[in-house]
Order: sequence, then C-alpha cells, then structure tokens
Amino acid sequence: MLPLIFVLPLVQLIVLVNAATMDMKNISVTVADKDLSSTSRLLISKLEASPFFKLEDLALSKEEAIERIQDNKTDVVIFIPHNMESDFNREGNAKLQIITDAIDASKAQLSFGYLSNIVRGLNLEISIEQQLLTDVKQIKSEALYWFNPNLNYKYYMLPAIMAILLTIIGMFLTALNLVREKEIGTAEQINVTPIKKSHFIIGKLVPFLIIGLFELTLALTLSKIIYDLPINGNLLVLYAFAFVYLLAVLGIGLFISTQSQTQQQVMMISFFFLLVFVLLSGAFTSVDNMPVLAQELNRLNPLYYFMNVIRMVLIKGAGFRDIMVEFGSTLLIACITVPLAVFSYRKTS
Amino acid sequence: MEKKKVITVENLVKKFGNFTANDNLNFHVDQGEIFGFLGANGAGKTTAMRILCGLSAPTSGKVDVAGFDVSHQSEEVKKRIGYMSQKFSLFEDLSVWENMRFFATVYGLSAKVFKERGEQLLHKLNLFEERKRLVSTLSLGWKQKLAFSVAILHQPSIVFLDEPTGGVDPITRRQFWEMIYEAADNGITVFVTTHYMDEAEYCDRVTIMVDGRIDALGTPSELKKQFNAASMNDVFLALAR
Repeated sequence: MLPLIFVLPLVQLIVLVNAATMDMKNISVTVADKDLSSTSRLLISKLEASPFFKLEDLALSKEEAIERIQDNKTDVVIFIPHNMESDFNREGNAKLQIITDAIDASKAQLSFGYLSNIVRGLNLEISIEQQLLTDVKQIKSEALYWFNPNLNYKYYMLPAIMAILLTIIGMFLTALNLVREKEIGTAEQINVTPIKKSHFIIGKLVPFLIIGLFELTLALTLSKIIYDLPINGNLLVLYAFAFVYLLAVLGIGLFISTQSQTQQQVMMISFFFLLVFVLLSGAFTSVDNMPVLAQELNRLNPLYYFMNVIRMVLIKGAGFRDIMVEFGSTLLIACITVPLAVFSYRKTS
Repeated sequence: MEKKKVITVENLVKKFGNFTANDNLNFHVDQGEIFGFLGANGAGKTTAMRILCGLSAPTSGKVDVAGFDVSHQSEEVKKRIGYMSQKFSLFEDLSVWENMRFFATVYGLSAKVFKERGEQLLHKLNLFEERKRLVSTLSLGWKQKLAFSVAILHQPSIVFLDEPTGGVDPITRRQFWEMIYEAADNGITVFVTTHYMDEAEYCDRVTIMVDGRIDALGTPSELKKQFNAASMNDVFLALAR
C-alpha cells in the first residue's frame, strides 16, 4: 500500500501536467482556397509558419471543408473566395471567411484571435509591398507577461495538481482507512477499549499528515527537476499552510468515515466533495469568471485557498503576510472539521 | 458466603426500530465464574454481549458490569473488561508483538509490565519465536489463541468471548478451553457465547436465549434435570424447537 500512496500520485503529477494544458498548439486548420492567387498562397505560408496551427488539408470546396468540421477532423476552416486578390486590387478590400468549431468556446475564440493576427500581418505585408503606407500613425501596445514571462502553462498547472494530490491523500486515504477498520472489525475491538476519542482521532490524523507533507516534498522536488518549476517564495510559508490545510481536509475525511459503514459509501461521498472542491477551486478555470454564487461557495472550499496560496508562494514569491486571509480561513475550517470528526466518532452505537 | 456479583442485568430491553432483540433480560454473573451464553443464531446473544461491553446502549433496563453502569460509565467498564469478537480483530498487518504492544498501551500498561507479561504469555503460547511474524500469516487456531491472550493481557475482571472457537479444530478447541479455565482460576470471570453444546457442559452456569428472551438458566446438570434430557444438546433442542 505504501508504495502505491507515493508512486501513483507522482505518476499523475508528471503525466497530467502535460494533459491539463490549455496552451493552444496544433489547432487543426483546413483551407478551402478557391482563389489560388499569390495572396492566398502568402496567407497559407504564414499559417504554416505559425506554431499554433497545423495545416491539415487544402480542400477543394467550402462544402468539403465544412464536412471535415462536422466529422471532427478539423477545428477551423478558412474559406478564401474565388476572386479575393482581384477584389482587393480593384476595390481596396476583400473578404475571407473563418469558421470555427465553437463546441470548445475558448479554443474557438483563441483560434479566431490568432488567425486575425495572421491576417493583420498579411495586410501589413501587402501594404508595404504595394507602398500604400502613406499614413502609418498608430498606437501600439506592448504586453509584459509578469511572473511567467514565457507563458509556460505548466507553471500554472503543476501547483494545482500538487494541491489536488494532497487533497486526495488527506481526504480519501484517511476516510478509507477508518471505514476499513469498521469493515474488518478492528474498530469494534478498539471501541471496547478505554481509549479516548480524541486520542484515537489524533492517531488517525498524524500518519496522514506526515505522508501528506512528505508527498508534497516529493512532488516539489520532482517538479523542480523535471519541469524546472520556479520556487520563488519561502517554502516554510508553503509548508505551514499545507500543514493547516491537511488538518482541514483530514477532518473532513474522518468525518465522512465516521458517518459511513462501507468503503463504497466513503468513495461516493469523498468523490462528491473532491469534484466540487476541485472544480470550484480554480484549478482549471478562473474563479473570477464564475457566477457570484460559486465565488461565495469558495469561501467554504479549503482547496480554493490552497490553490491560491501554492501558486502565489511558488510563482509570485508571496510571503506570509500576503496569504494571511487564506491562512486564517483555512485554519478556521480546520478548527471546525477536526473537532467535528472527534465528536461524531461514536464508540457506542 | 455470598459470592460477589460482577455482572447484574435487570429488565434489559434492546429494540432496533420495531424489532426487539433483547426482551426483558434478568440475570447475574458471579466473580470467577465461567458463564455460558447459548442460543440459536439471531436469538440476541451478540446484541446482549455488545451491551454488556458498552459497545451498544440499552433501550431500557439497568446493566452493571464490574461495578459500573454501562449506560453512563461505559468507559469505566471498558477499563475492566476484555473482549474477543466473533470476527478476528487483531491488526493483520502488524506483527504478533506489535499487536500486543498496541493493546497493552491502549489499556495503559507500562512498558516494563508489558514486556514482562507479554514475554511470559508468548512463551506459554509457544509463540515467542514467532513474535515478529505478521498476524496475517498465522493459522486461525493461533490467531484465536493470540486474540484471547491479548484480551486478558491487561488482567481484566471479566472477559467476553463471542463464539471464540468458531471454525477451529477439536484439538485447538480443547487447548482454548484450557486457557479459559486457567483464566478463570486466576479470578477472571469468563462470559462466553458458543454454538458447541459440548462446550456448554464446560461452563459453571448456562443461559439459553430464544427469540430475545432467556428461557433457561442454571448449571448444566440442573438444566438437564429440568428438561429431562441426557445432554445439553437435547436441552437446547427442546428449547429452540
């Protein structure tokens, strides 16, 4: 069991961080080029040069291209009408059509954004070529990507996955452990001894607390070695928070197991909480975009605080003063869940 | 001389919803006695025993064990009793010695006392060489003997045994009963449930439960006379039918 506890989460960490990426790469594009002009060629070559797009195919007709979208074979269709170049040369403007598969809305928007940039670049190039640059006054914006200048998505996801792994250990393992004792009968043997309830619960808390902190250390080390995760903040702050966080989720796990009789019940209830905690926490999506109700619910979600803290400390280099609110809130949750576990544990039925 | 009563049960009733598991039980157990608790499956033996151990609260009635009321002072009761359940309930993933040490510590034995008693006990069981073995690798007979020894390690005044010899061979059963007699000789009251009627003959006194009630109570010879039966087996059949 112990090797499982350590190895499986780390495999998840190493593998999942690559899967849970929202970097837009390899967006598959199909071009239906009816124009077959030098301008359309220029556009296609620009697409080919872009790291975001993978030019899938040149379709013969718009219909054929759209069929490809319907069959999930491509994400974006660019339709270049018959006389784009001649229209442009004659009238000074011309149109092309971009059709995106918007089932994944953010992907569709991003691909449209990237494509617009490419078309803008194309316009500029044509203007220079045709010496139309009579009036090039314009306001330019410059983007500075702070804390993560290379927009490395792994730096965002690694801390999130670590936080989720710690939650799994804290909540699942403890809950399963106690209910397993109920199933095999050792719980009854212990209930017939004069052991104090608080002692029993402490005995159940401490091992998982140690395992959890050890797992965090292992995950940090591996992330540093394999993915060069930045550790900009004070690790002591992170560990202090992780300690309190583990207490909070261990309390929840133990409470679940005191209320359950079988491992199946524990699994169902823990999964319910884990999913809610993870999806609300902002691990994958920004909390700011969530409805107000979800944001309010997050005040009760210990993983939300941990998600903030682990990213702030590791990436932004936040110190203890910056995470006071999160620390206090999590401490409060722990102060409720741990005594709840003790009181709800019944030695006499 | 009046013997000291270590268990007194008066008007014990235990209900689960509409089902009455224990219907107005009255009996007492004397110190040092081997008290047999018999009955068909589902007659309410385990329920009654769990109440006596403080694992389950009675619906009504008064139950005194080792001088304390189980309803209000169950933790005091628990300090003075040992319990061996139907299910084998030592930790399979700990060694023999670790199991003993765990329960000794829970019962507040000092390290010195534990080492002394534990080693003595292992020698008696012929398990000293095996003390580092995981309990899961022991045979059922050994597990049962070990579980009993752990249950009396803290020298309780009463030990409760819930079908302790279920599934073990006749030789081991005999050895087990020798251990029970030895414990009784040392002043430990033994409260035992069983389905083996030959074991019932070994008890000082026996009760037979039928449908949540106690239908017979007395020494084996008294019961045989009362039901005009040749053996405890016939007594049981006469009652449970």
